[in-house]
Order: sequence, then C-alpha cells, then structure tokens
Amino acid sequence: MSEKLISKIPEGTLSEKWTKHKAQIRVVSPANKRKLEVIVVGTGLGGASAAAALGELGYNVKVFCISDSPRRAHSIAAQGGINAAKNYPNDNDSVYRLFYDTIKGGDYRSREANVYRLAEVSNLIIDQCVAQGVPFAREYGGLLDNRSFGGSQVSRTFYARGQTGQQLLLGAYAALNRQIELGSVKSYVRHEMLDLVMIDGEAKGILARNLVTGEIERHGAHAVVIATGGYGNVFFLSTNAMNSNGSAAWQCYKKGAFFGNPSFAQIHPTCIPVHGEQQSKLTLMSESLRNDGRIWVPKKMEDVVKLREKKIKASQIPEEDRDYYLERRYPAFGNLVPRDVASRAAKERCDAGFGVNETGLAVFLDFKTAIERLGKKVIEERYGNLFQMYEKITDVNPYDEPMMIYPAIHYTMGGLWVDYNLQTTIPGLYAIGEANFSDHGGNRLGASALMQGLADGYFILPYTIGDYLAGKIQVKKTDTNHPAFEEAEKNIKERLDKLFNIKGKQPVDHFHKKLGHIMWDYVGMARNEAGLKRAIEEIRALREEFWKDLFVPGENNEFNQELEKAVRVADFLEMGELMAMDALTRKESCGGHFREEMQTEEGETLRDDENYMYVSTWEYTGYGKEPIKHKEPLQYEFIKIATRNYKD
Amino acid sequence: MDFTLKVWRQKSAKDKGRFATYKVQNISPDTSFLEMMDILNDQLVREGADPVSVEKGCKSEGPVAFDHDCREGICGMCSLYINGRAHGPDDDITTCQLHMRKFKDGETITIEPWRSAGMPVIKDLVVDRQALDKILQAGGYVSVNTGGIPDANTIPIPRDDAEESMDAAACVGCGACIATCKNGSAMLFVAARVSSLALLPQGKVEAARRAKAMVARMDDLGFGACTNTRACEMECPKDISVAHIARLNREFLKAKIKD
Repeated sequence: MSEKLISKIPEGTLSEKWTKHKAQIRVVSPANKRKLEVIVVGTGLGGASAAAALGELGYNVKVFCISDSPRRAHSIAAQGGINAAKNYPNDNDSVYRLFYDTIKGGDYRSREANVYRLAEVSNLIIDQCVAQGVPFAREYGGLLDNRSFGGSQVSRTFYARGQTGQQLLLGAYAALNRQIELGSVKSYVRHEMLDLVMIDGEAKGILARNLVTGEIERHGAHAVVIATGGYGNVFFLSTNAMNSNGSAAWQCYKKGAFFGNPSFAQIHPTCIPVHGEQQSKLTLMSESLRNDGRIWVPKKMEDVVKLREKKIKASQIPEEDRDYYLERRYPAFGNLVPRDVASRAAKERCDAGFGVNETGLAVFLDFKTAIERLGKKVIEERYGNLFQMYEKITDVNPYDEPMMIYPAIHYTMGGLWVDYNLQTTIPGLYAIGEANFSDHGGNRLGASALMQGLADGYFILPYTIGDYLAGKIQVKKTDTNHPAFEEAEKNIKERLDKLFNIKGKQPVDHFHKKLGHIMWDYVGMARNEAGLKRAIEEIRALREEFWKDLFVPGENNEFNQELEKAVRVADFLEMGELMAMDALTRKESCGGHFREEMQTEEGETLRDDENYMYVSTWEYTGYGKEPIKHKEPLQYEFIKIATRNYKD
Repeated sequence: MDFTLKVWRQKSAKDKGRFATYKVQNISPDTSFLEMMDILNDQLVREGADPVSVEKGCKSEGPVAFDHDCREGICGMCSLYINGRAHGPDDDITTCQLHMRKFKDGETITIEPWRSAGMPVIKDLVVDRQALDKILQAGGYVSVNTGGIPDANTIPIPRDDAEESMDAAACVGCGACIATCKNGSAMLFVAARVSSLALLPQGKVEAARRAKAMVARMDDLGFGACTNTRACEMECPKDISVAHIARLNREFLKAKIKD
C-alpha cells in the first residue's frame, strides 16, 4: 500500500466516528476565513452546495462551471428522488438500515465509516432543502411523502414529481446566488478547468479557459475542490448530459491524485432504447417508475416475432403469456432489485432472444396493473412528466402501451480517491459528489447520488476542509505569476495548438463514437479477460488515430465547441484505457462490475472477498506508461459480509 | 427525410450576422432536432477538413454554434427560434425534445437565436443569458444558512400549495418567455420564482422584499414591461401559467404600499 493511501478513518464505534472526528479536527476563526480562498469547480449538487456553504462560513470562494449558468449542471436531470433515514412512514427505517442497504447495494466494496456518515447526515439534507423552499411532494395532511426505490424494503425516498434533482439543484443554486449577491462567492460561467496548478506539492489553483473568448485564465487559491461529476460519457452514449466530462478529475490524476475504482460504472436498467447510429444520447426513465411499473418480456418466442414485425401490440399479449422475470427471479424485491441486478436480468432475456423491438434490445415497463389498481389520475400525478417525456421521444403513449426500456450507462462509482476528509492524495485538493469514489462501492442505489452530493457539499466538506485551511491562515494569497502557473499555461497552450495542428480529416465525434463502441462492447455490462485485453489494444490504436487524423475547425481565441469536445475526448481516450485495466485486474464480479468468468450457476455476481476486498487506486506515471495500482484494503468491523441476496 | 435549413450565422457579438442555407439529407423521423443539427455540423466540419474543397476556394464557416446539454428537456440550456416559434413547432417541450417527425419531408426550416436586448448573441445561435442569473441573485431565494434547521415535518404545507409551488418551480430558465415577448419582458421568469416561494411558508417571510428586489433588477438589466399578451405562457416549455404574474404583482404591490 502506498504511504499516500491513508484513509484517516477515525477510531471508535461506527455511530461515534463522525461526531468524534468533528470534535478533533481544527476550525478556522471568522477573521481568518476572510483571508482564505477556495476554488470550487463544478456547480451540480456537490459543487453548488459546497460553494454556498463555504461562502456562508466566510471563505472567499470562486466557483466555475462550463455552462452559461450554475443551474445547468447535470444534477438537474435526476428524476426520482433523494434518500434519507427519516422513518416518516414508520416502516422501521433507521440510519443503520440506510447504511446497511447502501453497503449491501454496493456489493461490499465501499468504506463502512464513509457510508455510515452519509446515512447519518441524510436527515439534515431534507431539513435544509425544505427550509430553502424545495417543493417536495406532500400528503394531504401537509407532511412529506415518501416512495420506494431499488435495493430497499422501506420507503425512504423524498421526491418532487419526477424532477427531484432539478428542485434540489435549484435550492443549492439559490443558496449560491445569495452568496454571489453578498459577495462571498464569485461565479465564473462558461469556464472550463484545463489544469490543476501545484506549488510545493500542494494544490494552489487552476487554469481555466474562458469558453467565450478562448482566453486562458489563472486562478489561485488555498484549496481546490473538484465537483465535476462522473465520466460516463466515455461510453459516448449515456444518460449524462452532452457536456458532462471527466477532464477536470483526469487533470488531477495526471498531477498525482490517485484514481479509485475506475472500472466501476453503473448501468441503469430503465432507459429509452437506442434508435440508430445518429443518436447523440440516451434518456433515462426514472427508477421511481419501478414502484408501479412491472418489467416483462413475452414467454413465447412467437409473440416476440409478432411484436418485432409490429403484427401485435404489447397490450394484446395476455397476462399468462408474460414473463415478469424480475418478480420470477427475485420474489423478495421483485421489480425493485438494485440497478445492476435489473440491468443484467434485462440483458439475459434479450441475449436469450426475447428482446421486444426490432434491434432485440428492449424489454417492457408496464403500468397496466398500476393503472387498474390506482386509476390513471394517480399515475399521472406521480409520473406525469416522465410519461410526457417518453411520449415526446418515442411517439408512443405509455398510458396505453407499455414503455420499452433497455440498460444504459448512467453513473460512475469510481472517481478521485479521497480520504475520510474528502481530500485526495494531493494536499489541498478535495473531490466531492460523483467526482470522488467514496460511498457507493460496486453499485450505487437509486436516490443516493443526490444524497451524497448534498451531504458532501453542505455538511461534510465545509467541516473537513477547515482542518486543512486552519494550517494555512498565515499563508498569503497564491501568486498567479509563480513559475508553476507559467509552466502550466505554456503546457496548455501547446496542447491546444497540437490539437489544431493535427489537421486531419475526422471530426471529434467520429473518435468519440468509436471509443463508445469499444467501451460498451468490452467494458460494459459484461466483461471478460480476452475482451478487456482487446479493448486496451483498440483504445491505444484509436488514440493514435485521433492524434493523426483529427480535425478541429476554427481557432483557439473564439467560442469553439469542437475544440471543447476535442480536449475532453482526448482525455476520454486515456480514461477508457484505465477503466479497462482496472476491470482486467479485478478478477471477480461485484456490483456493476460483472466478469463473465466469475458468476454463480444462476448468473449472479460472484465476489472474491479473499483477494479483492479492496479499493483499487491508480497512480499516474507518465503518458504511455503503465500506471501503478495500489490497494486500500476494506475492513468490515460492523457489518457481516454476506452474499447479496434479493431473492428472499 | 430531406430538409433545407436557413440558419443564422454570426461570428461574434460585434458581427452583423446573416442567414446561411444548408441542405441535410436522409434524416430519420425519429431523429431529434438537435441530432439533425449534429448531422449538419458533421457535414460542415468535414467540408472544412477537405483539402480539395478548400483549395477550390470553399471557405467553410465551420460548424454552427448552439447551446445544448442534457437533451432531455430539463437543464434549460437549449434555445432556438425554429420557424418563428421558441423551441419549435410542438407544445410543452424544449428544442432538444423536438423530433423531425414534426416536420414535413422537403420542408425549409428557419433557425434563429433568441432575440432580445437582454440576451445578446455570443455566436451563431448561442446567446448570453447571464442576466437571468443576476435577476435571481437579487432575491430568488430563502435567506437561510446551512445547518441548524428544525425537522422538515415541523412545517406542514397544504398539498395544493406545494403542488402549485412546484408548478412554478418547474421553470428551467431557458428564456423562451423573454424571447417570445414583443416587449422582451422577463415577467414570467421572475414571477415563476417569486410565486413558487411565496406559496410556501418558508418563502412568505421575505416574499414582498423578494418581489421588489427582483423586479428592480429586471428593470435595471433592460428587460421590457409586461403588457399581458400572454405569449410567454404559450411558448413556455413547462407550461407555466401567467397566474403567477398576478401573484408577483400582488407581492410587488404589497412591498410598494409598505414603502
């Protein structure tokens, strides 16, 4: 184990750790906070909440986003809800149960202490959001309503129709706006971080490109927080927004921050299927739909054939000829099994030939039973906007005919490695939300991403970063004329020039799509040794082709979206290789990481706890060189390790 | 399907701008409008990369710049005036949710940026919407700090109020209401936020102050006045009602009377 991999997990029993830790870490006085600067990159739930909370505390904050407003960050698209252990429905939920479900859902590949803390602060988030005016769904008595999500047998998910992420982000964005008005936070929109600047081994600032003018700007600080989300777009087609990318985190990795569990990507079972080669992205249909929707394919192959030939409609297939395969295979959890399990089950049926559309890559999500039981009005209240969204895309009315869905890349559990303080292996560099690796292990449960983003941003980072900054109160503002900034700027300019100077024939998307195909075929829902080795070779070859045959039009000193894409795809072409390497060296199946060599007779994941109960963390050693893999062993002191069972 | 596209090209804010005409072919009706734009841009980039056509004097203007991100109708990043309508010829959607099946084969489609004094063009179809952030910064929040908040269920809120608040909170901040308004007014945008918060007990405390501050900021930033044409409501992709403007006016009057 590298001496840098110190998780700093506090001593004591699980429920005491965070309380004790908070008591022991240092704080910064209000007078000193005014002297300290913090850069936050990204304005999703993690970044916006962190920037707002740090501003409220009195730090000088600079916040950066690539869009035209902080509110565009992709947290906005989260639909279903946010978990918290309030136990309002009186169904015997508790902090411990939320913690346990999350560890189990992650297939025992996350840190106990971090996950317990997440469950512990979950309740504060709901209080905070309500105080901000987030219009959560309510019962007639005026109290908050809850619904169920996958991987849990209690109802602990708070929601605002199918727009929970939007409402939570608007809450955090509002808190951020208040700080911007008060002058504690300065906002930089349409700015993209292109490099991390380090002085004497510590994070001291960033270089950002002004996306409107093309100018490279230097920004110094006492600490830098990365909140730029995940790297799911390495697959080209994903549920991520078009501009979501992993470049900020990747620059940090190349500056020495270790990358944790890069191969852990989540495939969401309920997305609208791919329609053709021209498709630019995939649209998610919220997991909340599995509360009332039932997933099935026909039992008889003749019905499948007729469906594909459009000779019959799904609604014409009688009940007894439908295979509700999740209810059949997992009676205890039924349609609400975790995402990785539901995705693989869909793939299993489609591989067996039962896919219901022309491509054979789709299953049904049906509301017939729910509409009969509850009436159309109730279903409309619960999911109206999702049904509308589905109809606009597919031209099919889901009140009459079942939705067609198929798994797609949705979230990355992997990310920058962080300790208990959310600090990376670089002092002064923090990573929060999806950008870090910390809480979800091999698979994230639904409605937990919003919880983690806000937990990190509102209630964890503002405390833990104080411990670092307390040691910096005598340190002057970072001088952006320092040679480290000079050099970083020179390197960036060379890199951008290099992209323009290739003057090849192919647009960026050509390479991105090709990369996506390699990733989906070999590093997607099912992985094996031969395929992963092949993926690594193909990615390397594609990268070479990219640097020979790319064409970037226009110039650097202007608004240039092709250039933006080129910078990101250049990084994706490196990231994809690391993901494949990580998947190759984890010869077990766990959560969303399914190695075909390692499965039970029933096709479930087969973990190898003896050899792989660790976080794989990767250290960069230079372009084209093999990175070094370090292991952070996972110790389970409080939970009894078991095989994940959603059957009974 | 084949289309002729008349697209607004403008190099920068200072440039005058003009329409350019392009053709796209073999577009599937299931393709989204922005995917069709991707196809156009792929063509334009390839043209610029082709040494033969460049030698022949072809000066490709490069791809068309347009804003987009989530492509599922929620981030509010996409815009576009398509055939004279904000977000194009379909109701209750953003441009990214528009599909080519809504057009006729062979049709000529005119594509323009939002046009409003408050939202100047940055390049081609991309406009600067920072004014919207600035309006919200003036007061579009409940002034609470993080932490020290009582349990969420200590404030019961009538279900209908929460639902109506949610109706207004659905605003994605795209700016279609402003682009559509003949006066370039941002009233529906401001009203959505003011009304959403005023409907909740948490937001009531500073409702009047909020209304006053946000309206003043809107005026300062050069947005026009509301003359009740209701065009904003017609084109709002989230179907936000002008009834919220009435609530904004009430809160605004309350504040003014107190002055």
